Amino acid sequence: MSIGENMYLGNERGKKAAIDWNTTYAEADKYLKMVGLSESSKVLVKEIGTGKQQLVEIAKALAKHAKLLILDEPTSSLNEEDSRALLDLMLGFKKQGMTMIIITHKLNEVSYVADKITVVRDGSTIETIDNAGHDIDEDRIIKGMVGRELTNRFPKREGVKIGAVNLEVEHWTVRHPLYPERLVVNDVSINVRKGEVVGIYGLMGAGRTELAMSIFGQSYGILAGGTLKIDGKEVHLKKSPTDAIRHKIAYVTEDRKGNGLILSQSIKVNTSLANLDSLASHMVIDKDREYQVAEEYRDKLKTKTPSVEQLVGNLSGGNQQKVLLAKWMFAEPDVLILDEPTRGIDVGAKYEIYCIINDLAAAGKSVIMISSELPEVLAMSDRIYIMNASRMVGEMKASEATQENIMATILRSGRGD
Amino acid sequence: MKTSVGGFIKKNTMVIALVLVVIFFSVSTGGKILLPQNINNLISQNGYVFVLAAGMLLCILTGGNIDLSVGSVVCFTMGIGALLLKANLPVVVALLVMLAVGLCVGMFQGFWIAWISVPPFIATLAGMYAFRGLSNVILGGYSVGVNNESFLKIFGGGADCYVPDFLHGEGLNLTCMAVGIAAVVILVLLFLRGQLVRKKMGIASDNPIGEWVKTIIISALILWITYKLSQYKGIPSVLVWIALVLLIYGYITKNTAIGRYFYAVGGNEKATRLSGVNTKLVYFLAYANMGLLAGFAGTLTLARAGHAEPTYGVGYEMDAIAACFIGGASAYGGVGKITGIMIGAALMGVINQGMSIMGISANYQSAVKGIVLLVAVLVDVLSKKENA
Repeated sequence: MSIGENMYLGNERGKKAAIDWNTTYAEADKYLKMVGLSESSKVLVKEIGTGKQQLVEIAKALAKHAKLLILDEPTSSLNEEDSRALLDLMLGFKKQGMTMIIITHKLNEVSYVADKITVVRDGSTIETIDNAGHDIDEDRIIKGMVGRELTNRFPKREGVKIGAVNLEVEHWTVRHPLYPERLVVNDVSINVRKGEVVGIYGLMGAGRTELAMSIFGQSYGILAGGTLKIDGKEVHLKKSPTDAIRHKIAYVTEDRKGNGLILSQSIKVNTSLANLDSLASHMVIDKDREYQVAEEYRDKLKTKTPSVEQLVGNLSGGNQQKVLLAKWMFAEPDVLILDEPTRGIDVGAKYEIYCIINDLAAAGKSVIMISSELPEVLAMSDRIYIMNASRMVGEMKASEATQENIMATILRSGRGD
Repeated sequence: MKTSVGGFIKKNTMVIALVLVVIFFSVSTGGKILLPQNINNLISQNGYVFVLAAGMLLCILTGGNIDLSVGSVVCFTMGIGALLLKANLPVVVALLVMLAVGLCVGMFQGFWIAWISVPPFIATLAGMYAFRGLSNVILGGYSVGVNNESFLKIFGGGADCYVPDFLHGEGLNLTCMAVGIAAVVILVLLFLRGQLVRKKMGIASDNPIGEWVKTIIISALILWITYKLSQYKGIPSVLVWIALVLLIYGYITKNTAIGRYFYAVGGNEKATRLSGVNTKLVYFLAYANMGLLAGFAGTLTLARAGHAEPTYGVGYEMDAIAACFIGGASAYGGVGKITGIMIGAALMGVINQGMSIMGISANYQSAVKGIVLLVAVLVDVLSKKENA
């Protein structure tokens, strides 16, 4: 449906049964402008990016003349720039007298926008902190969230020897699956070594996920060119994830509920899914071993659950992410592509995920970490690639990288379109 | 304790419903429904439902997809079988051809569904029309009788189609009783072995008492049914086939990788594909297999009826679908068990039979079945809501 139709769904403009489409679209356009969108309200929602969809959602709330606006992780799918715009929008609404509640995992956002901060952990209120001056220390919030002082948000990785190049992609070019004239990945070359963590930073829509999924057995888009080398030998992966898995590549999706996990199945079933063959002889699953494997990864990743028979849908985001990681670790890949591995999970679980990443590198795996969080990329990576508008616009050693020069690289490359 | 009892009831709603329905009918028919002959008839008459529901479960697991062509395919394979037997071909040949035809039909439909992405509802609706028509064509619109005695005996549920009593009991079919006891012994041994293995590995059960109660009830039920049957003429041959199909498919869905993939695809198709599973092949297999079982159900139905007519098999697909949903399969896919469809099929069979014995007209029977189906799905939906 179009933006306008979505905004006025259940709140249609017009008399009696007939919808007045002119009023609908005119009013919709007005609210869209208010949230800073230039799109026409006749555009279909599925044709705009997730960031803009989020703004449409907010425009929809405005169109209903809401007095109280509750935003649940409004920026989880937005890049830093869009997030900032949205937060500023909230501050604007506040001046107009609107009451807002924002639920988020991002600490800089709460301290920027909120007047009062309530920390909720394990289903109960821990504390409410006053933040009228917008100057609260993030560590103060973290203390409330984890129940102790977290001295370092990123665990150190030490003494890991970086080996030979494991995966090398050159001149990789991918077309959009529906609009083949659009290049979503344009002539990108990357490589990753054994024991190395390579970060790929870029704004939302820069083509990072598309690149990753395309490498993973062309799970996205149409491959228009490029070569893929594993251990120096050129490999032609068939157009299926199966072949990628066989070549020891794993892709841990950013969309764990949509593309990653089967929520209606147990932790055990999810853990074994990508490598079920190794547990089966003549198609018959060794269920006892399957259970042991699930238990082993539960211990290793410190997944909090009463039992591995628990349905994944009942777990928290952080624990779901651990199950997803367990699934791909059990597939025994050499190269792991982690797409936003810490999106939407709390600080404590994030720390544990970082530890897992470090362990993977220490075990000689090659890790590619895609992330929109600059501090995370800076702290976790050995080397950082920067993508913008479908192109690779920069590469730097972590030791040389700073927030400033990464953002400068993106800005200097231009918006591309 | 209270919660574990509640959980037990919730998990076994349909078993409890089945027990209540049986009690209701045994009171209202003055115990007639529990007569050995009626239990025997219940099994013989509903053989096709069990077989078809096993196949339908796999389709439904892949995402609530159903196969509407089943009834027509049953009729089509019946027609082919009848013609082959009339031409004096051996039973084995007739059986294999019927299964092969069913499989081919299933593969044909599965191809469109899996690789061309034709919605299953439409692809099988087309099959439903096409094979009903083709049944008419091959039978020329007439009824074709089957005189091959051994075919009727092996697959039939008719007058004399029973497993012979090797032990020559007097008044009681000892073979039947022995089979019942053997089944219970195997069941209990498997259960104990499972318990031991789990104990050794330190797997705590959610509901240990419930598991024991369940095993005891199932054992008692098997003994009771075989006792009743041995008072009549023993094991109807169709029961052997039903048991075989259910055991095979129970094993496939529970213990094999391909069985697991049916659940995975229904739970989250995208995630399953990205885990390296060929999801298209899974859809294809579901429908190909459904065709195969439709061919087998055709065999059983042909033997029971003794002849093929172009109108046979109408509504069979709905019986199979209803058995699955009553038996707890989710209309969204990913959830459902072979034991569940057994309960579902049995529940519908008991209701049919009970009402027939009470002398209620067939029209009302259909209405009651409809209500039972709605209530069953309602229970499923409401219990899900509570959880959410």
